[in-house]
Amino acid sequence: MTDEAGSKPKRILNRSTTKTPMREQAPRDRIYNFDEVPLGYTPEEAVQEAQRCLLCKDKPCVAGCPVGVDIPAFQQLVMGGDFEGALRKIKEMNFLPAICGRVCPQEDQCEAVCRLNKRGDPGAVGRLERFLGDYALTHDVNVTPHVDAPTGRKVAVIGSGPAGLTCASDLAQRGHEVTVFEALHRPGGVLFYGIPEFRLPKATLVREIEGLKLMGVRFVMNYPVGKAESLASVRQRFDAVFIGTGAGLPWFLNIPGENLNGVYSANEFLTRVNLMGAYKFPDNDTPIKPIRRIAVVGAGNTAMDSARTAQRLRPEKVYLVYRRSRLEMPARKEEIHHAEEEGIDFHLLHSPTRILGDEKGRVIAMECQEMVLGEPDASGRRRPVPKEGALKTFEVDAVVIATGQGPNPLLLADCPEIERTNRGTIVVNPQTMQSSLPDVFAGGDIVTGGATVILAMGAGRTAATAIHRYLMTGSAEPRPEVATDPDAEAEAAGEGRGA
Amino acid sequence: MGNRIVTARELAPQTMLFEIEAPHVAQRGQAGQFIILRVVDHGERIPLTIAGRDPARGTITIVAQEVGHTTHLLNALRSGDEILDLAGPLGKATDIPTGKTVCCVGGGIGNAVVWPQAAALKAAGNKVHAIIGARTRELLILEQEIAAHCDSIVVTTDDGSYGRKGLVTDALRELLSSGEKIDEVITIGPVIMMKFVCLVTKEFGVPTQASLNPIMVDGTGMCGACRVTVGGKTRFACVEGPEFDGHEVDFDELMTRLAFYRDEETRARQRDHDCRLTRQAERTATPGKP
Ligand SMILES: Cc1cc2nc3c(=O)[nH]c(=O)nc-3n(C[C@H](O)[C@H](O)[C@H](O)COP(=O)(O)OP(=O)(O)OC[C@H]3O[C@@H](n4cnc5c(N)ncnc54)[C@H](O)[C@@H]3O)c2cc1C
Ligand code: FES
Repeated sequence: MTDEAGSKPKRILNRSTTKTPMREQAPRDRIYNFDEVPLGYTPEEAVQEAQRCLLCKDKPCVAGCPVGVDIPAFQQLVMGGDFEGALRKIKEMNFLPAICGRVCPQEDQCEAVCRLNKRGDPGAVGRLERFLGDYALTHDVNVTPHVDAPTGRKVAVIGSGPAGLTCASDLAQRGHEVTVFEALHRPGGVLFYGIPEFRLPKATLVREIEGLKLMGVRFVMNYPVGKAESLASVRQRFDAVFIGTGAGLPWFLNIPGENLNGVYSANEFLTRVNLMGAYKFPDNDTPIKPIRRIAVVGAGNTAMDSARTAQRLRPEKVYLVYRRSRLEMPARKEEIHHAEEEGIDFHLLHSPTRILGDEKGRVIAMECQEMVLGEPDASGRRRPVPKEGALKTFEVDAVVIATGQGPNPLLLADCPEIERTNRGTIVVNPQTMQSSLPDVFAGGDIVTGGATVILAMGAGRTAATAIHRYLMTGSAEPRPEVATDPDAEAEAAGEGRGA
Repeated sequence: MGNRIVTARELAPQTMLFEIEAPHVAQRGQAGQFIILRVVDHGERIPLTIAGRDPARGTITIVAQEVGHTTHLLNALRSGDEILDLAGPLGKATDIPTGKTVCCVGGGIGNAVVWPQAAALKAAGNKVHAIIGARTRELLILEQEIAAHCDSIVVTTDDGSYGRKGLVTDALRELLSSGEKIDEVITIGPVIMMKFVCLVTKEFGVPTQASLNPIMVDGTGMCGACRVTVGGKTRFACVEGPEFDGHEVDFDELMTRLAFYRDEETRARQRDHDCRLTRQAERTATPGKP
């Protein structure tokens, strides 16, 4: 594999109309373990897949990527077997390829606009990205970016999810002294406590974070800012602050019976199993109650992760209940597909009305109203309306509510001075991610509400660029002529990185 | 990361007091707030109330009663050991009135929280009464420490082995009927005790704060495991509490929710017990080892 590295890229076109398949654990095996489901490409498969790329001059895929990875350029390097070079190319724009390759909604982004869609499958950008990310991790390739000479400026990053990590990485590269504060005992945000092991192996995440430490980023765990220290005091100690505290506050449905034993928010369910490792109870100390039949409410990634996690705890039955139709399910396609393969029983157009319990306060059933699709609502999605008299009861002993999350309350309760929207998210200037306080920037789910890893990373990057400007010039705003020229902007963002 | 234990002292059987280095918690913590800690890498996160703090020394005091596996591990630690993870101060501080007459009613391990509350109340210029209870004499903790901040203190034990025989509610009823105007009651202890304390104070129309102790996972408002019903509304005790208007709390629901993992606790405890036996057996098998 490595012997090819450095040889001149040659152009062999692979005219296959389908993606090079990726091997997976068979559904009948994988529902008995927490190991990763898709097994990744071999180097040969990666080269073969890259050879499908048309190397379009106008690169529609780059515009489709929220962080603007030069996809054709890295595919060209993969074609020639230069995996290290390809990896460097990705890392210029995305420092977590092993993670994004696994969790990005590629089908709505780069792959959606790929020219190959006209003939069949788009290029498997996500799979190649993952291959390269993993290659770095398994081959000990040193892609720690160049770090500029120290500037003497100090930045605090609050929250260690993808937004915070990206911002920390970019600022460290520019020579700023970065400290990341995290409320929990492990860094990574949702990547650690939410997304399950079988979809994103924790070892992958841990190694990416090690890379940041090598760049000089300091991590302070168990440090809920707003509680352990006021934001005001952090602002005094640091020249600038980035808030990436995420949307971690679980919403419930406000239906009767929701506080019965056996009803969990998706966050509690996933935190118990992922962060605390309850699937290994009693070897790990955090328990999860044995489950016989379970209903998961919702149809986003969180719901799919909860349902598939539940399936691995070996219940008799896992239902997924969603009030809209298949078309509106917000989860990544691959997750929906995997969930179905694993035998999750989908009940679409069902809206929970109440949860029933026994005399001990334990869940015994969930009652749902059947729905039909009506007129489109403000979001353009057809609004589900109740179907007269059609109730259905699911006999279950556990219910997981995965219908969305609001902004994390801990920090914001402490600093009313930051301007927010009526949904409680932080108001920022979208060009700079600067909040109503000039030295405080914010990005990720705390600004957008629950969104995606890559958008959080994009926000972290935009903020880092603006923070750098703010620290060096006193203003977060780009100079006017730079602002109107997106190429110059991209160049400015790439500045100082050792690529 | 730090969190070194500087003092470990047994207060009662299976009840330890620890003074731990945690400078920022010592700086910012207030009566009624809690910390979350983890003792071992595969361990649970458990909440413990801050019983005292010394900003100058950079230490906090916690009191832990061995009730589950994690408190079992915790209570085996000694001074010089480090607590793996410690986050805080979490939750809201107790609402401390000024210039009022307040009665603190504590039971069992809850008395560890009465201690800082009484201290804070006294410091704010209140007249402070305390009624503290325990099942039996040897389980009573911190009587002197609490008494130091109170204008009066009554101790009750269920079996009459010390203080007055009976329940804290008996003593409370007496105080409330004594003619002295009590402006507020603050209560902390077993849920069943708080429930009855609140029934009594409701009868007398005395506002009451109850400090709730639901199951918690993160303690940062992220999971909802700690949800309690107060005035018909769901609240997250870790961020909106732990103290709520006792007359509005659904104590029965709280008791049911607290009992949910009892089987798992028993399993974990059984394992602790087995481990202890194995350790003992090993010790006897290899003489010379401590
Ligand atoms: C189960 C699940 C599955 C998902 N799957 C996908 C997917 O497949 N693809 C995808 O693109 N997106 C997915 N998402 C969404 C994605 O994970 C989020 O959009 C993304 O993680 C947001 O990143 P963030 O950095 O803004 O915040 P987070 O990842 O939420 O991180 C915030 C961090 O800040 C910490 N914090 C909060 N308050 C404080 C404080 N006061 N002091 C210090 N630290 C604090 C939190 O503990 C947390 O660690 C999923 C989300 C969930 C819950
Ligand atoms: S303990 Fe998780 S939200 Fe309160």
